[in-house]
Amino acid sequence: MSTSNEYYIPHKATWPVVGTGGLVMMLAGFANYLNGSSAGTAWMALGLAVFIVMLAGWFTLQAGESESGMYSTQVGISYRMGMMWFIFSEIMFFAVFFGTLWYTRNLSVPWLGGEGTGAATKELLWPSFEAVWPTNGPGKVGGEFEPMGAWGLPFLNTLILLTSGVSCTWAHHGLLAKNRDQLIKGLAATVGLGLLFVALQASEYHEAYTEMGLTLGSGIYGSTFFMLTGFHGFHVCVGAIILSVVLFRSWKGHFQPENHFAFEAAAWYWHFVDVVWLGLFVFVYVI
Amino acid sequence: MSAVVAEHDDHHEHDHGPAKGLLRWVITTNHKDIGTLYLLFALAMFFVGGTMAMIIRAELFEPGMQFVNPQFFNSMTTMHALVMVFGAVMPAFVGLANWMIPMMIGAPDMALPRMNNMSFWLLVAGVLLLASTLFMEGGAPAGGWTLYPPLVLQTGKALPFAIFSVHLLGISSIMGAINIIATIFNMRAPGMTLMKMPMFVWTWLITAFLLIAIMPVFAGAVTMLLTDKFFHTSFFDAAGGGDPVLYQHIFWFFGHPEVYVMILPTFGVASTIIPVFARKPLFGYSSMVYATAAIAFLSFIVWAHHMFTVGMPIAGELYFMYATMLIAIPTGVKVFNWTATMWKGAMTFETPMLFSIAFVVLFTMGGFTGLMMSVAPSDFQYHDTYFIVAHFHYTLVPASVFILMAAGYFWLPKWTGHMYDERIGQLHFWLSVVSVNILFFPQHFLGLAGMPRRIPDYAVQFADWNMISSIGGFIFGASQLLFLYIVIDTIKGGTGEKVTDEVWEDAAKHSLEWTLPSPPPYHTFTTPPTVIPTEHI
Repeated sequence: MSTSNEYYIPHKATWPVVGTGGLVMMLAGFANYLNGSSAGTAWMALGLAVFIVMLAGWFTLQAGESESGMYSTQVGISYRMGMMWFIFSEIMFFAVFFGTLWYTRNLSVPWLGGEGTGAATKELLWPSFEAVWPTNGPGKVGGEFEPMGAWGLPFLNTLILLTSGVSCTWAHHGLLAKNRDQLIKGLAATVGLGLLFVALQASEYHEAYTEMGLTLGSGIYGSTFFMLTGFHGFHVCVGAIILSVVLFRSWKGHFQPENHFAFEAAAWYWHFVDVVWLGLFVFVYVI
Repeated sequence: MSAVVAEHDDHHEHDHGPAKGLLRWVITTNHKDIGTLYLLFALAMFFVGGTMAMIIRAELFEPGMQFVNPQFFNSMTTMHALVMVFGAVMPAFVGLANWMIPMMIGAPDMALPRMNNMSFWLLVAGVLLLASTLFMEGGAPAGGWTLYPPLVLQTGKALPFAIFSVHLLGISSIMGAINIIATIFNMRAPGMTLMKMPMFVWTWLITAFLLIAIMPVFAGAVTMLLTDKFFHTSFFDAAGGGDPVLYQHIFWFFGHPEVYVMILPTFGVASTIIPVFARKPLFGYSSMVYATAAIAFLSFIVWAHHMFTVGMPIAGELYFMYATMLIAIPTGVKVFNWTATMWKGAMTFETPMLFSIAFVVLFTMGGFTGLMMSVAPSDFQYHDTYFIVAHFHYTLVPASVFILMAAGYFWLPKWTGHMYDERIGQLHFWLSVVSVNILFFPQHFLGLAGMPRRIPDYAVQFADWNMISSIGGFIFGASQLLFLYIVIDTIKGGTGEKVTDEVWEDAAKHSLEWTLPSPPPYHTFTTPPTVIPTEHI
């Protein structure tokens, strides 16, 4: 705690309302699209554009203020707390889908197969259903499919993400040692590995849809598989974009050993994405 | 956009007053402006949600179909709940947090002022998106505020809008909560240790943790509704191996802490007001802090008591029953402490104190009916009847809403520099406290006699109590217009009496905001205060 002698109080913020407007356009457009309205996609695109302009504008403003030395240690602590609790909220978001996977595998699917008090359900509704995982349920929703193996691309992707965590830390060491070259190389490697991960994930999805009959509609297995890996992949993309911005700023000469909140936040986010993947690899692919 | 580093220099501040005209409110980063926006928005939504309640009570005035069709009636119960929870009660407490927390801990503003602005506008956007569903083909969501599948998946065009509205409200709440945590942990004045903070600050700190933990969970649940409806997933469809009960588990993992998000700051305000009018320090300050934390912890491990009748293994029923009963212990500690604070106090009964005492009594009653329903076998009779409606309205209306009224009367003189009209305030109180009991008490009888909730028509044996309840409802609804009048009147000058900095006798012994002028200047505590009040400890 403690309040330092100088407070930083920003005034008259215009980006928050711009961002809110962009988000609303995007979501209202998406909702209209889902309801079959033809104008929906245009509103989504416009909203996304506004949102991206907001992000660029807001972060440029913050980066400029940081580089001109306007932030005290106290402001830095506020930002770090903000990022930490944001990541905690993300953990809770992923916890929902991990929880769903656990509940369906260990409770609801066995109940459908007659375990516990589910005997009558099985006899009356689906007497021939065998509760095994993976499954697309007693209704065979989505038709025949082949589950995704763990030791091909997913294992390779695990190694890629773990390596990217190392390169990210290596870049941080470079920043702390005032070795700009190491910082830039480390960040570039991290972004590159992240993009490689996304590309391999895309090819895995392509194979699932075209050759394995595995889709988002393949019952509970397909639902949990694509929801977990999909949201994770989206977060990898976001993390890679954040790291790219940090890379760009490093190249422009931003960040000092004692003042580099943006780098830290990006690195925390990247490690968070990394750890979620380890959970995915174990619970979605291996077990 | 501009930014300043405010220094220990008072005349510096004049350069950084509010923007001119209406734009001031759009782009403001000032905690007092944003607090005002939240409070006014919440007040407006209180009347929107209240209008829906009046429609519900009008339809239920007599058996048979009177004014609205069943679909619209169910939309009204659903939207009334969503508007009151997400549009009125939660934003009102966030407004109080914005106004009061920086002044109570001796900070110049919230820790993250730009994000603070975005939290508010996302809230407005979310509520507007939700309200827009009223005008859509197929009507607003009508499956209850819990949005249970498969029923809610039958919603018409409104479904994706309602889901995205939940996402926006979630982002808004998370941003607000992060801001509150960063402010409390990082912006306290020197000497303001955690255990010297006013109870309101403590309860909001704990509430903020709850919000960050649960809003993403709700967002995840409604995202799965969206994909089940539009993208062929099977999360809540047994044919695909999913389970509709899974939604209920996820929803109530969010939903139970959510009701404490509305009640913990209520406790905080009550713990702030009662000592001032009892002219005694709060009894058992540290036990209040620990009880709040205990309630928050327990809120995460009791969720399935909302689902006793859904079909759970017996071990689950027993566990959730006993865990739920535990909550009565820290809650009892709180009620005991409020009572002990008043014990032998030099009490006076201004409007804020009247509302607070009514809160202690009536909330306790709501708590006891909660204890009744925690008994799983008994709950099989109470479940989804008017008994549960009576229970949660007792914990929300004469508790959260009464305390919000109390907070309004308590701090309006500080915010505006004007005194409200005490006679009209007391009239408002007595009308409210009598009518709220006429409104909700008979609903206990209706529930025990077996009247189900969420129905527009009912068997004739329920007619008498429903009519009485509706009459109470109309009186209660009309009485709240007095509050609206008082707020406007006080802002415009009130009684004309100039209030002191302290407003209430010796209030400055309890909390820092009473050491500031009434109304406080646009920026306060740009220099940290040196003396920390400790009377409340």
